[in-house]
Amino acid sequence: MKVIIIDDEPLARGMIKEYLQAYPDLTLVEECKDGFEGLKAIQAHQPDLIFLDIQMPKINGFEMLELIEQPPAVIFTTAFDEYAIKAFEAHAIDYLLKPFSKERFEKALEKCRNSGMTNAIGNTQKLTEAMQTDTNPASHTRVVVKDANKIKIIPVSSIQYLESADDYVKIHTADGTYLKNKTMGYFEGILEAQNFVRIHRSYLVNVQLITRIDPYEKESHIAILSTGSRLPVSKSGFAKLKSILGI
Amino acid sequence: MPVSTTQLSRTRFPVAAFGIWWLFWSILHYKVLSNFGIVFSESAVDSLISNFLLAAFCLLILNNMRYYLPGKERYWYVLLLSFILSVIWLALTRGILWAIFNQDMEYTRILSQSSNIRFAFGFLMTGCVTMLSLIWYTQKEQKAINALKQEAENHLREAELFKLRQQLQPHFLFNSLNSISALAGSQPEKARHMIQQLSAFLRGTLKKEERQMIPLKEEISFLELYLEIEKVRFGNRLQTDIQVTEEAATQLIPALILQPIVENAIKFGLYDTMDEVRIVIRASQTQSGLEVTVSNPFDPETSAGGQGTGFGLASVQRRLFLLYSRNGLLVTSVTQNIFTTLLTIPS
Repeated sequence: MKVIIIDDEPLARGMIKEYLQAYPDLTLVEECKDGFEGLKAIQAHQPDLIFLDIQMPKINGFEMLELIEQPPAVIFTTAFDEYAIKAFEAHAIDYLLKPFSKERFEKALEKCRNSGMTNAIGNTQKLTEAMQTDTNPASHTRVVVKDANKIKIIPVSSIQYLESADDYVKIHTADGTYLKNKTMGYFEGILEAQNFVRIHRSYLVNVQLITRIDPYEKESHIAILSTGSRLPVSKSGFAKLKSILGI
Repeated sequence: MPVSTTQLSRTRFPVAAFGIWWLFWSILHYKVLSNFGIVFSESAVDSLISNFLLAAFCLLILNNMRYYLPGKERYWYVLLLSFILSVIWLALTRGILWAIFNQDMEYTRILSQSSNIRFAFGFLMTGCVTMLSLIWYTQKEQKAINALKQEAENHLREAELFKLRQQLQPHFLFNSLNSISALAGSQPEKARHMIQQLSAFLRGTLKKEERQMIPLKEEISFLELYLEIEKVRFGNRLQTDIQVTEEAATQLIPALILQPIVENAIKFGLYDTMDEVRIVIRASQTQSGLEVTVSNPFDPETSAGGQGTGFGLASVQRRLFLLYSRNGLLVTSVTQNIFTTLLTIPS
């Protein structure tokens, strides 16, 4: 079994490395000090299991997982994170609270082996989703996307509007557009509190950028943004805009 | 006082009871005069005028008490007020009644003979009313003061708790313990050293709580202890640069106020950038007081609206406000990719 450790603290990595020595069937293929290295290593080695810290530079453990299409089995390691621990418990994912004992480490490995990889992966995906939607409000100030082979961190304040595109959502910013493998409903949920309104089945817009709303054909409208973009507004979308803008 | 008056004016004296009270005395007054053989019209008018005026004077006192409660010399004030008002009342009633009934010799005789007893009655009445209202309003005021006091105490306790929670820093503590656990296997000497540092740090947070102000150099040496531990955790990624002028080193500063600021800078710096992080701390004495700046690098492109300025700094700000009743002692600024926190301790 191939294993990768992703943690920004060298001593914390050393600890796991030391514990791993007792398991000859587990091969540590790489140690990573942040999510970027982690992504590269996962792509390069296709590991079976990763040990993942949550608080890390630039992108956190959850944001990193979001960017992987088929994540490996994950054992989270964290020192203290109320939100995360609640989410772990809800999704029956194993996690290690630092500092952890050899026995506890062994248990986590066993659990991972027994539950079967597919099960573990499904749980991880659900957990990642849950973490990003309803637990930690602080994490919604940005969106992490993959752009070609680069990782782009987009502050929510710089998003102009979101457009649905098949299984993806197109994120429009001043620097260009990015694709994210998520639903409109997901973004509507996390961006609602930050001045974003679903004006149409396919459009979620930053209200602060709207400069004009013109009637368009019968019963529908069109919103014109300060950037010049023209977006369709559905009947229900117009009602929402009216109540939010107080017109 | 200005706070309590609004509360006092909300609870009025019961008007009905006041009316019945005066009705009772008016009837009694009338009865007494009738017993002296005074005709109905005269005793009725006398009773009405006397009691109506006295009631009006009492209302005047009540109203006065609502806005001004006498302080320490209250008993003298009560007596004096009652005395003066009774004299005025007596003169007024006598004058009016005299003007109306001066043809009736019998009545005027009784009027002048009863002056003493009338005065005594007036004095007792006004005295009672003043005393009662004094007690009533003092009680109300006391209640309002108690409520305010309670509120202030709650605020203080909340701040205290917040501070304590802030100092416990579970994340820091558990990560440090994890580092020690890692070192214990490979480098037991280093593990032991780190345990000592962590103990000294924890002891410091416990001890310094009791004393409010400490010299800056003490605060800095405490800070260095904290930074040493963080450096073990993060290795080469964390660099520090501390410079304190000689004059500044002896200045007093609220204990443990720098640590949350530096912790914020470290978190902000370490989690917002990938490279080496250099935390720069400078302290000097200026005209406005002791100035300490703490700066850290950050990435202006990805940091959404100064995320790192969050929790830790808010608690420092609150503490400074509680200590100095002033805002603006903690200011943050951004130049290119450096985030700076400026702390001013007024001298």
